[in-house]
Amino acid sequence: MKITTIAARAYIALVLILLYAPIVFIAVFSFTEAKSLGNWTGFSFTLYRNLFTGSLQNSSGLISAVNNTLLIALAAALISTVLGTLAAVGIHNLRGRKRQTMTFLNNIPLINPDIITGVSLFLLFVFLHISQGYFTVILAHVTFCTPYVVLSVLPKLSQINPDIYAAALDLGATPGQAMRKILIPMLRPNMISGFILAFTMSLDDFAVTFFTRGTIGLDTLSTYIYTDARKGGLTPELKPLMTIIFLLVLVVLLVINIRQSRQTEKIQK
Amino acid sequence: MNKRSRWALPYFIFLVLFVALPLLLIVIYSFTDGAGHFSFANLTKFFSDGNSLSTFAVSIEVAIENTLLCILIGYPAAYILADKKLNPSAVTVVLFILPMWINALMRTLATAELFNMAGIPLGKGTLLFGMCYDYLPFMIYPIYNVLNKMDKSYAEAAQDLGATPGEVFRKVTLPLSLPGVWSGVMMVFMPTVSTFAISEFLTNNKIKLFGTIIQENINNSMWNYGAALSLIMLVIIGITTLFQGGKSEGEASGGVLI
Amino acid sequence: MPGKETIINIEGLSQFYGEKQVLHDINLYVRRGEFITLLGPSGCGKTTLLRLIAGFLQPTEGRILLDGKDISVLPPHKRPLNTVFQRYALFPHLDVYDNVAFGLKLAGVPEDEIQKRVKKMLKLVSMSDYESRNVDSLSGGQQQRVAIARALVNRPKVLLLDEPLSALDLKMRKDMQIELKEMHKKLGITFIYVTHDQEEALTLSDTIVVMNEGRIQQIGTPIDIYNEPVNAFVADFIGESNILKGRMMRDYRVAFIKHEFDCVDAGFGEDVTVDVVVRPEDIYFTNDPAKCQFKATVNSCTFKGVHYEMWVDTDTGYELMIQDYDPYPVGSEVMLYIDPDDIQVMKKERRANTYPAKVLGEGKVEFLDTEFSCDTSGFAEGEEVMATIRFEKVDLLDHEEEADLTGNVVFILYMGDHYHLTVKTETGENIWVDTNDIWDKGDFVGIKILPKDIKLSKPVAGNE
Repeated sequence: MKITTIAARAYIALVLILLYAPIVFIAVFSFTEAKSLGNWTGFSFTLYRNLFTGSLQNSSGLISAVNNTLLIALAAALISTVLGTLAAVGIHNLRGRKRQTMTFLNNIPLINPDIITGVSLFLLFVFLHISQGYFTVILAHVTFCTPYVVLSVLPKLSQINPDIYAAALDLGATPGQAMRKILIPMLRPNMISGFILAFTMSLDDFAVTFFTRGTIGLDTLSTYIYTDARKGGLTPELKPLMTIIFLLVLVVLLVINIRQSRQTEKIQK
Repeated sequence: MNKRSRWALPYFIFLVLFVALPLLLIVIYSFTDGAGHFSFANLTKFFSDGNSLSTFAVSIEVAIENTLLCILIGYPAAYILADKKLNPSAVTVVLFILPMWINALMRTLATAELFNMAGIPLGKGTLLFGMCYDYLPFMIYPIYNVLNKMDKSYAEAAQDLGATPGEVFRKVTLPLSLPGVWSGVMMVFMPTVSTFAISEFLTNNKIKLFGTIIQENINNSMWNYGAALSLIMLVIIGITTLFQGGKSEGEASGGVLI
Repeated sequence: MPGKETIINIEGLSQFYGEKQVLHDINLYVRRGEFITLLGPSGCGKTTLLRLIAGFLQPTEGRILLDGKDISVLPPHKRPLNTVFQRYALFPHLDVYDNVAFGLKLAGVPEDEIQKRVKKMLKLVSMSDYESRNVDSLSGGQQQRVAIARALVNRPKVLLLDEPLSALDLKMRKDMQIELKEMHKKLGITFIYVTHDQEEALTLSDTIVVMNEGRIQQIGTPIDIYNEPVNAFVADFIGESNILKGRMMRDYRVAFIKHEFDCVDAGFGEDVTVDVVVRPEDIYFTNDPAKCQFKATVNSCTFKGVHYEMWVDTDTGYELMIQDYDPYPVGSEVMLYIDPDDIQVMKKERRANTYPAKVLGEGKVEFLDTEFSCDTSGFAEGEEVMATIRFEKVDLLDHEEEADLTGNVVFILYMGDHYHLTVKTETGENIWVDTNDIWDKGDFVGIKILPKDIKLSKPVAGNE
């Protein structure tokens, strides 16, 4: 092996070690009972047991935060996928000034930092006297999730041979049937990746939720961790929770990726 | 055919209501006082308030440093990842994206805890390194994307014309990968200026960033001043976007997925 | 004339895209069972016409009748026609069987009949072994077969084919041409075929419709079109031709390349300028001085597979293309003759550029949306006149400065000793130019007309 190759791989390994240090740190200390990170009081599964039996030291706050996070992400991703796919089909058929306007507006939530999205929507809800809660958080998440769906679906639309839709009509499909039987199935993979993207964005969000959740005590995982950390002590069960999430995502991603590379290999053969 | 352009209408209305109108409200709140009268007071307050100004300066400084650090560490990583000879497996790329699925606040807390354990006092240095942890994948992915899609024949053509490997990189690969770097900058710079929770955790509240004072003002019902501070951020975003111009097409923003 | 055997009748069809008119008053009828080809260069409106028939476009003016019923108002899914698309447009998420069965399923045909018909159709296009294959895994030719089966399985009254073979390589294209022709014979379905490939049109069609710039140029059998092109465009587009300026001396006698020839055309009048078309394979070499009509020197000779293509310079200074099975060495002097049968005389479409113009004042006139200087004596200010400019008096420049107006070269004819160009101005008007300079199709040119070359005349009532 050439020296450059060794150096390159060493560099990648080093960056990865730095990136993963905090995560490994969390994972390691999820197997001990101590409250604070970095304090090893002997190997134990207690935190995992607590997490699954629901007997948390602090409260049931963590469980409901996890539920809220999933619920909000699911709702936001579903709405975004429908809204974004419709919009992408519309934008694809727009030309000139109208198309530029739509693309510009669609890009704003992508470029805006979370805090601007959060503050601006907060002002909107205050201005319109809308009481804040689940509804406003989901609405806010749809705002910053939909552009990702649009960007996932739009490129596929321009790849589709425009005659495909015409061919369906030609063979006797009504416009509705052509949509259901031809366009939607062809767009499905992109809609799914848009959905996943939106779901992840929503899961990971902190700032927007923070400003739009109101004062009814609605917590997602992010806001829960934030309040928890500011109070001084993290709920220890967060550590096993994060470890489990990490392992789940790791397995899913690796499976998807290995499968993909096998498929491309097959096609190449 | 053209009837389907109407499908964009619901989203257009949505964007006007929940993107354009809220931004307009930031402007309106910035230029009014608590009673709703037109006023420049919020902006003059910012420019005469030493605390806010210095926070602003520190935020920009940290953001620039963090962005540079991310490019410095991220570009070589992206370059190696995109080179099939140096990195034959696509799984390595996934490993770089993976940390983004772990809650950012949780990761930050763990990072801060690691510094504590190692006996490193929390401050500017830890803030920079912590931020870099958080934002590095956002820099690597767009650069990797551009490099990976780049037609190899450009580099081969340059070699064929007598360029040394160093010259190939400086004169062909680097200029062609700049759009990726720009998307990376967009995804790192502004978020760094505007973070609030992360900076608090990483410096134990010693260093406040601009996001934090926006959040404090909004939470303390100082909506007009909070809006004015947001407006200043919006102006900076506008300037950076203009500066970036048509260099990249918002494409790389979908960089979180494989 | 349209009669009982007519299946499609197109009446006064015009199509606009915004301001731009892409079809001008198309009138055409298609006989039942016929293989008719719409032939023309890209942008001539042939695909637009096909899409109008299929229903993907709504006509701006005019009607399309199918079996006497107006179908131009029906959406495509209600028309009993099916289309084979240029890039196949197969549904990538369905396998071969489901692609072919798509139309039948929508029509609610019972499952067992669908199966029977799909299998039969796949057999017809020799794709029986591919039923459950993913369409993306098929070759271009195989995809095209599936696309044809998918359309034919619905038993359309008319099958529309939009350049279906253009994406295939030459060998495959030739094979598919034969198969299409056989399928057409076997099924008895009317085929309307669009192509820009004149050879394909000549091979396949019962009737060819030659189109250019949104207008039908000529309708006829392949043999008619090849042997008796009605104008220089058709002559140039179909096969190779020598197109030359000529003069009809009297009936059955025509002069061109400064020689006189016997011909079979009459009725043009005496001493009238005409266009003459001679196919390169119709100019013969001879060793018999008695047969020789003119002499020439061979200046190039290229082997083209079956025949040799030679360019000769005539003793009178014209260049002609000749195809022959035997080569003649470059530089050799040869004796040539043309059979009267092989000389195609065409009425000259135009003799000069004429435009309606308006006198703006002393020495100023406006036409083609441009102001020109010229002699206006004898005409009053504001008077409507005709401006005439001879083809060879129009100067083309490769820059905009000094030009009166600008345009693009859209059509080039080589006339033996000069080029006859059609230049489209920015306002969409045509200017015809005779020149010795070499331009390319699509070139952007400056157009200059000298004051002394603009001749004004009173408009003739009823003319123009």
